[in-house]
Formats: sequence, structure tokens, C-alpha cells
Amino acid sequence: MKNQLASFAALACVVLALVPLVYILFMVVKTGAPAISWEFLTNRTVGTGGPGEGIGNAILGTLLLVFYATLIGLPIGLMTGIYVSEYGNNKIGYTVRFFNDLLANFPSIVIGLLAYALVVNLLHFGFSLFAGSVALAIIMIPIVANTTEEALRMVPNSLREGALALGVPRWRTVLKVILVNGKSGVVTGALLSVARITGETAPLLLTAFYSSYWSASLTQPVASLPLTIFRNYNSPSKELLQQAWGAALVLILIVLSINIGVRLFLRNRTGKRKVVKSWKQRLSLRT
Amino acid sequence: MSPRKAYETELAELDNLVAEMAKKTREAIELAVASFEKLDVSMVKRVEELDEELYLLNNDIEKRCLEVIALQSPVAKDLRAIGTYLKVITDFDRIGRYARDIAEVTAHTYTMAHIKPLVSIPHMAEMAEHMVDLSVKAFLDRDTTSTKEVFEIEDKVDSLYDEIFREVITYMMEDSKKIGIGINYMLVARYLERIADHACNICERVIYMVTGERVIKE
Amino acid sequence: MEAKIVTEDLNAYFGDVHAVRGVNLSIPKNKITAIIGPSGCGKSTLIRCTNRMHEVVRGARVTGKVLLDGKNIYDADTDPVMIRTKVGMVFQKPNPFPTMSIYDNAVAGLRLNGEKDWKILDDTVERSLKLAALWDEVKGNLAASGVSLSGGQQQRLCIARALAVRPEVLLLDEPCSALDPIATAKIEDLLFDLKDQFTIVIVTHNMQQAARVADFTAFMYMGELIEFGDTKVIFENPAKELTEKYITGRFG
Repeated sequence: MKNQLASFAALACVVLALVPLVYILFMVVKTGAPAISWEFLTNRTVGTGGPGEGIGNAILGTLLLVFYATLIGLPIGLMTGIYVSEYGNNKIGYTVRFFNDLLANFPSIVIGLLAYALVVNLLHFGFSLFAGSVALAIIMIPIVANTTEEALRMVPNSLREGALALGVPRWRTVLKVILVNGKSGVVTGALLSVARITGETAPLLLTAFYSSYWSASLTQPVASLPLTIFRNYNSPSKELLQQAWGAALVLILIVLSINIGVRLFLRNRTGKRKVVKSWKQRLSLRT
Repeated sequence: MSPRKAYETELAELDNLVAEMAKKTREAIELAVASFEKLDVSMVKRVEELDEELYLLNNDIEKRCLEVIALQSPVAKDLRAIGTYLKVITDFDRIGRYARDIAEVTAHTYTMAHIKPLVSIPHMAEMAEHMVDLSVKAFLDRDTTSTKEVFEIEDKVDSLYDEIFREVITYMMEDSKKIGIGINYMLVARYLERIADHACNICERVIYMVTGERVIKE
Repeated sequence: MEAKIVTEDLNAYFGDVHAVRGVNLSIPKNKITAIIGPSGCGKSTLIRCTNRMHEVVRGARVTGKVLLDGKNIYDADTDPVMIRTKVGMVFQKPNPFPTMSIYDNAVAGLRLNGEKDWKILDDTVERSLKLAALWDEVKGNLAASGVSLSGGQQQRLCIARALAVRPEVLLLDEPCSALDPIATAKIEDLLFDLKDQFTIVIVTHNMQQAARVADFTAFMYMGELIEFGDTKVIFENPAKELTEKYITGRFG
């Protein structure tokens, strides 16, 4: 009897937790879908509230921000994760891990402030794509570092020892054995961090700011999907309001597709491997 | 019982069984020699029984030793002990056989009379019995100190055997009627000498069991 | 008897734990030496000192000397990576690289160090798999994954992998403890065939294995080398009472 009660209570909580998610999806699709059209996706955000509003430049802006952020943040995050996992069994490693954890939990607006002070002001970039990318990269680094470290830690020590005992230097072991074996975890972590920063809003307020124009310049402010929502969420203009919901829908679709893509990727990893018939054939394949 | 405990119990049991064989052997020699001295047939049967019992014990101990080897893979001291058991039970079995042979001589000669009161043969028998006693004690106590004495006595037994041989031949050459009993004297002396020799074997095995050294006969 | 590896007052520590205490051991060349002893006596640690794998663990350190052909492997100018190609190691649990094929596993030591010449790699694969008595069983499908083999085959693959880099010494840390008796017997036969070309050191829990396979046996207890000698002598008439007690199972 108690078992059943507990099961029921748990189930009720699950339903409760799912309700907001379902509601959001429902609302976004319902309100945002009507806005979606080819013009909508390719027009720029004029911002006047009249017809002809689009989110094309915001989509581009978000993509560019994520691209540059990944370019900066991914390698640093990966290296940090590799270092802490493979070389960091010492004070330095502990310190790095500690600060990493700290950074991971920083309020994103504070990171935005940092990027503002550093890139916008000190380096005189002004509000710009570059500043926004730096802010997002800073958010990305600890996430990637953590997931990378976790993924590499999961690689059994027997493989490390096996490779070292063969007379393979440590760096080659890390590169060609550990990373290769921890690939899924590392890639998953990287993709998930990308999904995360796609939706970050607060730091962009202080760095990339906004632009109603098409722009791919690193030194100019740039539009983005989250900020499109922020600007227009309670606009009196029907067009602008729709723009916000449309942007929300597109944003959610991007994030969801990355997440689902990761899951499909994971499933394929553990699936079949293409097996070549003979090793001579394999040899010829290679040459 | 735990395997380890069972193993140790079995080793102890084997020790006891070999000791029992030694005891029976001892009894057999005594009875056989006494029966020959007195030309008393009544003791012969008992000697034959003892020989049978020794044969069975031999088989049983051998079987158990091989089991221990198969199941327990004994090494070092245990291995040497098992190896020793396997060899000394043969020695005891042979001693028992010779005792029986002596008794059988009695069975064939009791109708005859001794040439004279026996002196050398009982003396020889005493020495052989003493040697067996010492070697068994060395075995049971795992103590090699008395083995030296055993080897020394064996030399004496050998020379006594030569003496008896010559004495009996003299008697037989004197009087051909004495050939019958004379040959039997020689047989008994021979058997006693063999018994003494086996007692020496046992001592050699004991030395190996305790020290791991193999005695090389000069 | 020529010594291949000689340890001089070798001490190994895991932080404060003194795992190997003042060991002076001489491993004879081209023979099989077994190291036996109860769990935790330091036998694995000892062999890991001879191929500089001990220091890979955090907080681990070594004092004393280990001479390989007379030269101390712990000299400041000696590269540990170099030592590990000369002194190969096979572990208790077979550990072929899961993402690699049998072929790749066999030549992993070469490939990972940058060897790209296919002729050399092919020759090495065949040579080392033959040395490890695995060639006939796998030559038909070298592209199969390294982990698709049975336990005994995987362990032989690891042996092949270790032999591919042409070591002079092969260390085996309880190589058969995860294997069934038939696989074990195959590996024991293999070691016997290998000792002409290599010096072999095998750590084993299984005394019967040491007795079967080894020319020389070393007994360790609580980090110390208690006795070393011809296997026949150790098992028939050991000099030290502690050795006697251990091998007859009278303690532990």
C-alpha cells in the first residue's frame, strides 16, 4: 500500500515538473508559429513595429556569436579538461578545478559585466560581436572543461597504463588513446555547452547589445534571438510581439535540435561498427 | 572441516598409520624369532596375520598418500614427508615379509632339533630389532640423532652374519645330518640381515624427510 | 648465470606507505623468474619499479638502484619512456584498446609512436602475433575489434602488443588470474617458448603456476625479499622457515 502511495506521489511530481515544459512548448508553438514565414526568417529586425519585420539578422547574429564563442571557448575548455584529468593530480590541478567550478556557477550577468569592462571598454571594441563572443566563451569554458574532465576520467586507468607500459609518451597517450576512448563524452559535453550558450541573454545585454541591421563584423553590435525576445516581449506593436514569439520558437528549435542531435549521435556510437572483410582489404583501403 | 584443517588432520593420520605399521612390524619380528628359537609353531599363525595386516596397511597408506598429492599439491616439508611415507611403508612391508619368512622356516623345521643353544642368531635378532626401534623412533620424532647409531649397528649385523655363515658351514661339513637345520639357520640369518638393511633404509628416508639431504652410501 | 636486472637496496613508497623494503634481487637473463607472496607483499610494486611504471601513480617514489644490463634506469639522464620499450609489461586484466582492431592493437606500440610504414607494421603484426601463439587463430580477421576475442586470446594479444616493440624483458603481473585453466596453460606454454629470446618475470598468486613455469622463484613478504633461488629448491627444501610456511599454506 505504501509502495503504491509513494509511486503515485512520485508520478504526480513528474507530471507537475513536466507541466511548465509542455506549457511553454505549447504556447511558443501556438503563438510563434503563425509568425514563421520565409520573409520572417530573412528580413531584418527593423524594429519600427510596422509590417515587414523579420528575425533574419538575429538568427545570423546568434549563429555568429555561438560560432566565435565556440572557436575561443572550446579549445580552452578542452585543454583545461584534459589537463585537469590527465596531468592535474596535484595542487595546480585542484586549484584549476576549484576555480573552474566557481566560474561555472557565476551569474551570467556578472560575466557579461566582466566582458564589458574588458572587451567593450578596456580594449575599446565597444559593443560588438567580439565582446559577446568572449562573454559566451567564458561561460562555455568551465562547462566544457568539466564535461571533458568527467569524460576522460571515465576512461579506465588500465588503458592509460597499457599505453604507458608500451613506451608511449604521456602526451601521445592522452591524444591517441584517452581522447579517442573518451570521444563520446567529450563531444557530448561540447555540444551541450553550445546549446546552453545559444540561449544566454544577460551577458549579451552588456556586450553584443543589439543591431537592427545585417552585420557580421566583429567590431559592431549584433542582433541575437534572445535579445529580440527581450526587446519586444511586451511591445504594443503586434508585429513586434510576434517577432518575439517567433524568435522564441526558432531559438527553442535550435536548442532542441542540438540536444536531440546529441542523443542520436550517442546512440550511433554504441551501435554497429563497419567491419572490413580482410586486413589486406583494409590495407588497400588505406593506401 | 575446512580444507586446510582436513589436510593437516590427514597428514597426522598418515603419521599414525605408519607408526602402527612400525608397531606391527616390531611385533612380527619378535614373534618370528621367538618361534624359531623355541621351534614353537603356535606363534607362526600370528606372524602370518600380522604380515597380512601390514600388506593392507601398505596399500591403504599408499592410496591416501597419492590422494594427498593429487588434491593438495604438497610442497617442501609436507612433500618430503609424503615421499618418505611412500618409501618407508615398503620397507616395513618387506620387514614384515621377512618376519613371516622366518616364521615359515620355523614351520618347516620344528620337527628338527637345534644343533646347540642359539646365541648368535638371537643376538642378531636383538640388534635388528633395536635398529628397527631406533629408526621408527627417529621417524616419529623427526629426529636424526639416532640414525648414526643405526648405521653403526648395521656394520655389526653384517659381520655377525658372516660369522654365522662360517660357523654353520663348519657344522654342515662336519655332519651331513645337520645340513637340514644348517640351511635354515642361514636363511634366518639372511632374513635378519635383510631386516637390518631395511631399517637402515628407513633411517635414510628419515634424514631426507627432516633435512632434505639425500644420504649417499659409500 | 648472467643477470639481466639487478636491484640494489630498492625501496618504493606510496606516499608514506613503504611498499618495497630494501630489496636486492638479481633477475637472471633468459630465464623465467616468478615472484610469489601473499597479497600486499609488494610483488607488483617491485616489478613496476623495474619498468618505471611505479612513478606514474601520484605520490609514488623510489629510492635505490635498478640496473638493467648494468645501467641504472633511475639515472637522471635516462628516459622512462625508453625504459618502458625495453621492459614490457602485461597486466592482470587483459586490456586491449577497445577502439582498435586486433591489427591496431598488436602494433599500437609502434603506431602510437608515429610509425607509418605499412610494410613494417604488417611484418610486426605477423611476427608478434606468431610469437604470442595467436596468429593462427586471428589471421583470418585482423580487422575485428580487439575486445571481441575471448579472455585468453585478449591476454595473448596484450602479450603480442608488448612484444611488438621488441623489449628485452617481459614483466607479467598475474597474467592468468582472470583466465580459465586452458587459457592459462596456453599462456604458460607460451612463456616457456619465449624465454629463449626474452627475460621473463612473472608475478603470481598461484604457487603451482610458479612451480610449473619458473626457473627461479623469489618469495616476498611485507615488502621484503625473503628468499630467492632455484624453483626446485624453493619448493622441495626452502632455506627460510617463512618461505616454508607460506608455500605449505601454514599462514595467510
